[in-house]
Amino acid sequence: MSMDRSADASLDVRVSRSGGGNAPAHQQSFTVPRQPSQTVLDVVTYIQRRLDPSLAYRFACRVGMCGSCAMTVNGKPRWTCRTHVADVARDGRLDIAPLANLPVVRDLVTDMREFFDKWARAKGQFAGTATRHDDFARVAPTSEARRAVDEAIECIGCGICYAACDVVAWNRAYLGPAALNRAWTLVNDVRDAASRERLAAVAGDAGCHSCHTQGSCTVRCPKKLSPTASIAGLKRAATRAMLKGSL
Amino acid sequence: MLAIGVAVHLATMIIAVQGGLSAADILGRTRHSASWATFYGVFVLAVAIHAPIGLRTIIAEWLGWRGRSADAACVAIALLLLALGWRAVYAVTR
Amino acid sequence: MTTLTARWRNRSHPAYWAFLVHRLSGIALLVFLPLHFSVLAQALAGETSLDGFLAWTRQPWVKVSEIVLVLLLAAHFTGGLRLLFSEFSGWQREVHAVMIAATAGISVFCALAFALNLL
Repeated sequence: MSMDRSADASLDVRVSRSGGGNAPAHQQSFTVPRQPSQTVLDVVTYIQRRLDPSLAYRFACRVGMCGSCAMTVNGKPRWTCRTHVADVARDGRLDIAPLANLPVVRDLVTDMREFFDKWARAKGQFAGTATRHDDFARVAPTSEARRAVDEAIECIGCGICYAACDVVAWNRAYLGPAALNRAWTLVNDVRDAASRERLAAVAGDAGCHSCHTQGSCTVRCPKKLSPTASIAGLKRAATRAMLKGSL
Repeated sequence: MLAIGVAVHLATMIIAVQGGLSAADILGRTRHSASWATFYGVFVLAVAIHAPIGLRTIIAEWLGWRGRSADAACVAIALLLLALGWRAVYAVTR
Repeated sequence: MTTLTARWRNRSHPAYWAFLVHRLSGIALLVFLPLHFSVLAQALAGETSLDGFLAWTRQPWVKVSEIVLVLLLAAHFTGGLRLLFSEFSGWQREVHAVMIAATAGISVFCALAFALNLL
């Protein structure tokens, strides 16, 4: 749906710059030549290598596998390596900012510690009971529980859902879509032994019941996961546990 | 429970306003009616509980107001709705 | 630092609108309720007092507001049902979009039914 802008040989790019912490951010403008099949990551890299070496940004694989390059592009959190300029640049304009809802280390780099701390607080780790002397667990891939896990397990922790979620912005304690999504996969993992503690961890004010089903996480997830669905599942599980008195 | 209450109320309103609305119309229906009194009495109670719970979330998220004072404000609103609501029910069913 | 329009671009999808409608209608209804109760309590002062007030409500802008209020109540109510359904019945993304559309449709229908009877 992008108009043919090959006549426009360059992009007008506004990049958010800041010293990090509580320092206010300001926009810096750059003019970047357009290339065919150019991605936003290409643009940021060009700026840092050719125009302003002081620009700080994060990336790793460049091919949509690691999630490190997530930034806010024209208002939406995206993987910049998988975002083609032709798809998002309106009238040759690009606005690039760090991921929302996270403290800024510098320029486009965010401090993701709280993201992973919340993952831990949601008990997002597998707790097994078997040892090397036990036989393999048998889990039918077609079982309802395993299908629920499979639909949500591909999360690589990129933080886009966290940046997209308004409840994260409005409620600093909220664990967030990724942490809750991971908790859901473990709740459905028949080998996991920590279900009770996990449900208790995700069922409070900071947990699944604070989700308002705004759905921005699901709309933006580059792996097409649905944290909204996972959190709905947690709400069901938590309510059931509460009614049974086991919470 | 609220769902049924709201459904009945909505349906009632849609039917009731047919042909214009006068005090005699309303009160003719509701005066001395134990069933309307019970229905609306329960309805008011349910709303007085439901609305402040929603409000509590909104003031926490949009105004950053949390804690005991916020909770107290919500309880106060609940009591206010209850008082005004039951007064209205009494007014039309006595 | 994103501009105001840029911030709203991230929120331009149906599930978010449904959330916003649900929240804003809830606030509006909450604000309206004390008024509603006070009006009815006029009956304490006698039938003529209530009749006097009801005559005032026949003004066009009042009627429009009443229709809007019915729409808000229907929207809040159907939205709530939608949330309860999707949270307790399991989830499919396709169904969700349909449900948002259905709740919007039902709300408009209720408001129209009320409007037709009122006018």
